[in-house]
Amino acid sequence: MNAISSIRLFVDDQPVDVPAGASVAAAIATLGISFRRSVSGQWRAPLCGMGVCFECRVRIDGIAQQRACMCPVHDGMRVSTHE
Amino acid sequence: MNEYYDVLVVGAGPAGLAAAQAATSHGARVGLIDAQATAGGQVWRHDVRHAAPSLARRSIGGALTHSRVDWLARTQVVAVETGSLFVEDPRRGSRLDYGALVLATGARELLLPFPGWTLPGVTGAGGLQALAKQGWPLAGRRVLIAGSGPLLLAAAATAKRHGATVLGIYEQAGADAVRRFAGSLWRWPAKAIQAALLRGQLAGVPYRCGSVVRRALGDSTLRTVELEGPHGIEQVPCDQLAIGYGLLPNVELAQLLGCELRWEGAHPQVSTDIWQQTNIDTVYAAGEVCGIGGRDSARVEGAIAGHAAAGARSAAMALQPRRRHARAFAEALRTRFALDARVYALATPDTLICRCEDVALSDMDGYTDTRSAKLATRCGMGACQGRICGAALAELGRFSGGGQRPPLFPARLSTLGDTDFFPLATIEE
Ligand SMILES: Cc1cc2nc3c(=O)[nH]c(=O)nc-3n(C[C@H](O)[C@H](O)[C@H](O)COP(=O)(O)OP(=O)(O)OC[C@H]3O[C@@H](n4cnc5c(N)ncnc54)[C@H](O)[C@@H]3O)c2cc1C
Ligand code: FES
Repeated sequence: MNAISSIRLFVDDQPVDVPAGASVAAAIATLGISFRRSVSGQWRAPLCGMGVCFECRVRIDGIAQQRACMCPVHDGMRVSTHE
Repeated sequence: MNEYYDVLVVGAGPAGLAAAQAATSHGARVGLIDAQATAGGQVWRHDVRHAAPSLARRSIGGALTHSRVDWLARTQVVAVETGSLFVEDPRRGSRLDYGALVLATGARELLLPFPGWTLPGVTGAGGLQALAKQGWPLAGRRVLIAGSGPLLLAAAATAKRHGATVLGIYEQAGADAVRRFAGSLWRWPAKAIQAALLRGQLAGVPYRCGSVVRRALGDSTLRTVELEGPHGIEQVPCDQLAIGYGLLPNVELAQLLGCELRWEGAHPQVSTDIWQQTNIDTVYAAGEVCGIGGRDSARVEGAIAGHAAAGARSAAMALQPRRRHARAFAEALRTRFALDARVYALATPDTLICRCEDVALSDMDGYTDTRSAKLATRCGMGACQGRICGAALAELGRFSGGGQRPPLFPARLSTLGDTDFFPLATIEE
């Protein structure tokens, strides 16, 4: 294991600490929050983990439709799900 | 921003890194872009909790710290023109002009539909590996790995290293095929070492051949996986199902540039000559985008492309025997892990095929080409632009994807609106 520093961000206003370099997807999963609903209302969560499927879309620092798996966390980041 | 590079490389995996390094060795000024935040591609993806293997550290460090390499992370191609790429990163859009372009865009997983595959808790096999390396919590979680190919072993090892309880690896190929594949590995010592290492890390994890996941069950999240193996059907409770049926090349950018493709089974790959040069003189391609061959062929093809793109064909020539040897591995992979007929019959009429627009398999009945199916059902018109459903439908033998139109991925409106930056011609239908 490396010595890893941790980052605090907020998902749906809940604080969460994750290792530096982690993705927003990891932070959301750490809190056990669901990601999004599909056009017909089904729950969805990350599928590909590499930016292809767009199942992990959330709002990040005010910008909608961001892929959580492609976005590294930073201190004080604000994420909201279910949009 | 507007920059010129002698050699511009798209993709910082093993192929792109090798290309960048080879090109700089002849004095070329190199731009290296990747959509990801860190270099390494798929196999050397940055792991937030564990140190990278030494080959990865050397390859990444060697390319990124070179004074003639500009490393542009989180940078995505949004459009192309002859001799230039239009890219954006989280801050701005730019135009990058090039003397030669090397496409090292790698591969993604082949994800095939089956009942329950849209449930949260179901990911790709390499998909779960990627998520875990980015900090996805797996400690104490029960993970079942399934699908096909050697990537399942790598995904299982990563999951285990991140604290998961790996319930088993369920390979669809039969035991005979897998045994023959393993028996042929001595021809590729690096692969044999990799395989032995993985076996060591996976001591105690069951590896079952001839097994197919029939369904994923759960209400709003995965609870149970139903498997069909040589000894019948069983249901296994678990928290994550990581399932992938192999890899397919990311050819969208090559296609947009007009590179010639050839089909390997149902999926296109970029066609090149022995210099990794495509039908377009200034455009080279290397690694998985030219056909699935794994890390070693990606490295040697990347180096050939980098040398050739910098005008040094003799250096590229010296690598030809290694290239042929590494590529032969691809052939072994393909024949041994051919998909079983059962896999193609898993989706039922109400299984969703297009996850972006929630289009079921039966909605597609009666359409014979992509265009009419798309217009009528919206299949493939969602955010992923048909990357998941298009590949799945092609593999299932339904119509395959048509030509790609820019932008490659949804570009930010601010970038599109900036017409000085963005050639208007490229945003037309
Ligand atoms: C999810 C996954 C996990 C894998 N895990 C392993 C493993 O553990 N072990 C193993 O031996 N093999 C693994 N592989 C196989 C892998 O394909 C090869 O080992 C190797 O990484 C291929 O090297 P490459 O350079 O050709 O492509 P890649 O390593 O895939 O690199 C391609 C890079 O290009 C970038 N890219 C693609 N398109 C664009 C674009 N338009 N704009 C900007 N950037 C772009 C991608 O972000 C990526 O970083 C995995 C493959 C996948 C898909
Ligand atoms: S999980 Fe597929 S795009 Fe993020």
